[in-house]
Amino acid sequence: MKRAKFLGVAVLLVSAFCYFAALPAAAQAPVTDPIGVLKIAKGRPLTIAYWFVVAGPDASLGIDTRRGVEIAIDDKGGKLLGHPIKLIGEDSACNAEGGVTAATKLAANPAIVAAIGSNCSSEAVPGAPILWKAGLVTVSPSNTAPKLTAPDRGPTYDGYLRTAHNDKVQGRVAAEFARKVPKVSKVATIHDGSPYAEGLVGVFVETFKKLGGTITSQEAVSPTDADMRPVLTKIAAGKPELIYYPIFIAAGGHVTRQAREVAGLATVKLMGADGMFSPDFLKAAGNASVGMYHSSPDLSPEALGPAYKTFLDKHQKKYGEKPLAPFHPHAYDAAMMIFAAIEKVAKKDAAGDTHIGRKALRDALFATKGFKGLTGTLTCDKHGDCADPKIAVYQLESADPAKWDPGKNPRKIHP
Amino acid sequence: MQPTWLWKLSFVDLSLWAFRAAVMVLVAWGTVGTLAAATYSGETWIELFVFGLSQGSVYALIALGYTMVYGILRMINFAHGEVFMSGAYTAYFVAEALASTGALNRNPIPSLLAVLAVSMATSTLVALLLERIAYRPLWRAPRLVPLISAIGASFFLQYAFRGLYGSGFKAYPEAEILRGKWIIAGVSVLRSQAVVVVAAVLMMLGLYAFVMRTRTGTAMRAVSEDREVAALMGIDVDRVIVVTFAVGAAMAGAAGFLYALVFKQVHFFMGFVPGIKAFTAAVLGGIGNIPGAMLGGLFLGLFESVGPILILDGLGIVAPYQLKDVITFTMLVMVLIFRPSGILGERLAVKKA
Repeated sequence: MKRAKFLGVAVLLVSAFCYFAALPAAAQAPVTDPIGVLKIAKGRPLTIAYWFVVAGPDASLGIDTRRGVEIAIDDKGGKLLGHPIKLIGEDSACNAEGGVTAATKLAANPAIVAAIGSNCSSEAVPGAPILWKAGLVTVSPSNTAPKLTAPDRGPTYDGYLRTAHNDKVQGRVAAEFARKVPKVSKVATIHDGSPYAEGLVGVFVETFKKLGGTITSQEAVSPTDADMRPVLTKIAAGKPELIYYPIFIAAGGHVTRQAREVAGLATVKLMGADGMFSPDFLKAAGNASVGMYHSSPDLSPEALGPAYKTFLDKHQKKYGEKPLAPFHPHAYDAAMMIFAAIEKVAKKDAAGDTHIGRKALRDALFATKGFKGLTGTLTCDKHGDCADPKIAVYQLESADPAKWDPGKNPRKIHP
Repeated sequence: MQPTWLWKLSFVDLSLWAFRAAVMVLVAWGTVGTLAAATYSGETWIELFVFGLSQGSVYALIALGYTMVYGILRMINFAHGEVFMSGAYTAYFVAEALASTGALNRNPIPSLLAVLAVSMATSTLVALLLERIAYRPLWRAPRLVPLISAIGASFFLQYAFRGLYGSGFKAYPEAEILRGKWIIAGVSVLRSQAVVVVAAVLMMLGLYAFVMRTRTGTAMRAVSEDREVAALMGIDVDRVIVVTFAVGAAMAGAAGFLYALVFKQVHFFMGFVPGIKAFTAAVLGGIGNIPGAMLGGLFLGLFESVGPILILDGLGIVAPYQLKDVITFTMLVMVLIFRPSGILGERLAVKKA
C-alpha cells in the first residue's frame, strides 16, 4: 500500500519534470514536423546514405552511381549549411533480400537525413517502404521499373522519388527502334523475374505489337542461371529475328555468349538495355557482344550539354577512368536535388544547430520544379517521377573493355 | 471382419499414393501435350539432350565429392561448392596468363592441361586444409557440429576469395581449339561440350577403377562399411579420410575447369548454385554411392535441360525455364518422400542405417 503510493508520487513527479523540461525546448525549436525533426548540432556532419549494389557481378552499377554522388559532394565543397557532408552506405546486392537488409540498416540510423538509392528496382520494391516507415526519403538514380512510380503504388512509397527514366519511355524507344531501324518483325524476349526486366519487357512487347510486330516467345530465366542453351533452343524454334533481353550483367553475358552457339540463332540480332550497359558486360559476354544493341540513357554531348563534359573531366581526374555505367549523372542530380531541398527546409536556431523536418524535406523534394541538373530539367510529379528522360540506342563495335566510351563504342545509332 | 491390405493403409500412405499419382498424371499430361503440339523438331530435342548431358556431367563430378565424403564420414561437406569455386577461380589466373602470351592458342592442349592441373591442385589443397582445420578436430563431436563448421567454412572461403580477388567476376579466355562445332554421328555438338562430356566420363571411369581396383580404394570401401572394424584390420583411417577428401576435391577442381570452359565466367559466389545442385544429384542417385552420384548428376542435368519444355510447356505454362530450379528441387523432394535412399540406394555401406 505504502509502496504503491510512493510509486504514484514518483510517476507524477517524473512526468511533471519531463513536461516542464520539454516545454521550453519545444518552444525554442524552429521546426515542427508530423513525422519527426532531425537536429544536427553545430559543426557535426550532415549524413547522407546510399544503398547501391557495390559488390558482386553488378558492382559497376553501384560504383558508378556512388561516384556521381561523391562528385556532387565535391561540387558542394563537401559542406552543406556549414556542416561537413558525410556519405555512408550499404550494399544492396541487386535483389530483394539485399534491398531489405540495406534499407533496414539505414532505417535504424537516426542520423541519416536522406537516402540515395537503390540501383535495382528489385531492391526498391521492398526497401523503399522500410525507409519511409522510418521517415527517410530516398531518391533513386537508376530504378526504372514502371510500377515504382505507378499511380497505384500506395502510401508506403510516399517517400520514394527517382531521377532515372521510367521504363515506359525506355521500352517504347527500344521497341520503336527495333521495328524501324533494323526493321525486324519477329522478336523473342527474356526477362529474369526482376521487376526491372519484367516491366521493361512488358512495355516493349506492348509497343512492338502496336507497331505491327510479332512476339515469337516470351521466356524467363533466373539471375543465377548459367546454362542458357536450353531456353535459347526453345526460342530458336520460333525463328525470331531479334532477341530482347533487358536483364543484368552475369545472366546477360551468358545469353550473349551462348546465343551464337545455338543452331538457328547464328545471325539473330541481340538487344539489351541499361542494366548491362557497362564495360563489365564486355568482359562477361566477350566477342559475341559485337554488333549487339543496347538502349540506355543518352549521354552524348548534344543531349546533355557542356555541364556533363565538365563532370566527365572531374570524373577522369578523380577516378582515372571513364564511367562504368550510365547512371552517374542521375546520381549526381539526385544528390544535388536532395541538397537543394535540405537548404530549402532546414532552419538554424540561435545556437547554430540545424533542424530538418522529415515530412517537410519529403514535400520539398516532391515540389522540385524546373531543377537544372546534368540529365536535363527535372520536375517531380506527385508519384515521384522526376526524370527528364532521354533514351538512345547504342551498338557495340568492339568487345574490348578498355575501349569503352559510350557514344563512340558503343556507338550511338538512334535517334 | 478380415482386414484386407487396403484397410491397413494409413491416411499418410493414402495421401502419398494420391500425390504420386497426381504427379504422374501431371507429367504425362504435360509430356503428351508438348509432343502432340509438335512445336519442336527432333533436332531441337537432340540439342537439348546434349546440353543436358554436358551440364549433368559437371554436376556429376561435383556430386562425387559429396557422396564420397558422406560414404566415409557420414557428413555433408557443405563447403564442397567452394572447393569447386576455388579451383576454377585460381586456374583463371593461369589461363589468363597463358592467353596473354599466346600460348593458349599456340600449344592449346598442354596449356589446357596445365590449367586443369592448377584447378585440381588448388581444389585439393583447399579441401585438405578444410579437412585439417574445420573437420578433423570435430570428429568426436555430435554429427551436427561438423555440418555447422562446414557452412561456416563455406562462407569463409567465399568471402576470402572476394577479399583476395574482388567482388566482380572474371572472364575466362577463349581457346581457339574449343570454338565451333563437331559433327558426331550426324549431330552437331559444340566442341567445348563434347570435351566436357568426354573428360567427365574419363574422370569418373578413372575414379571408379581407383575405388574398386587399388589398395587405397579397397581401404576406402572398408572404412565406409565400418570404420572401427577397418581400423582393427590395420587400415589407417585418418589417411583414408584425407585421401577421400583429396580425390573428391580433385574431381571438383576438374569440374570447375570444365565449367569455366563452357560458361567463361568465374566469381566468388559461383560455387553456391552448382554445389546445391550437385548435392541434389548426390541425394538423387543415393548418397554414399559413387555410380549413384554419376547417374544422379547426369539425370539432373538432363532433367533441367529437357524437363521445362517437355513437361511444363505442354501444361501451357509460359516461360517454363524460369521454373527450372523448381523442377530440380521438386525432384529432390519426391526422392526424399518416395525413395529416401536414392535411385541406386546407399550401396557403399549397407550396414549403417
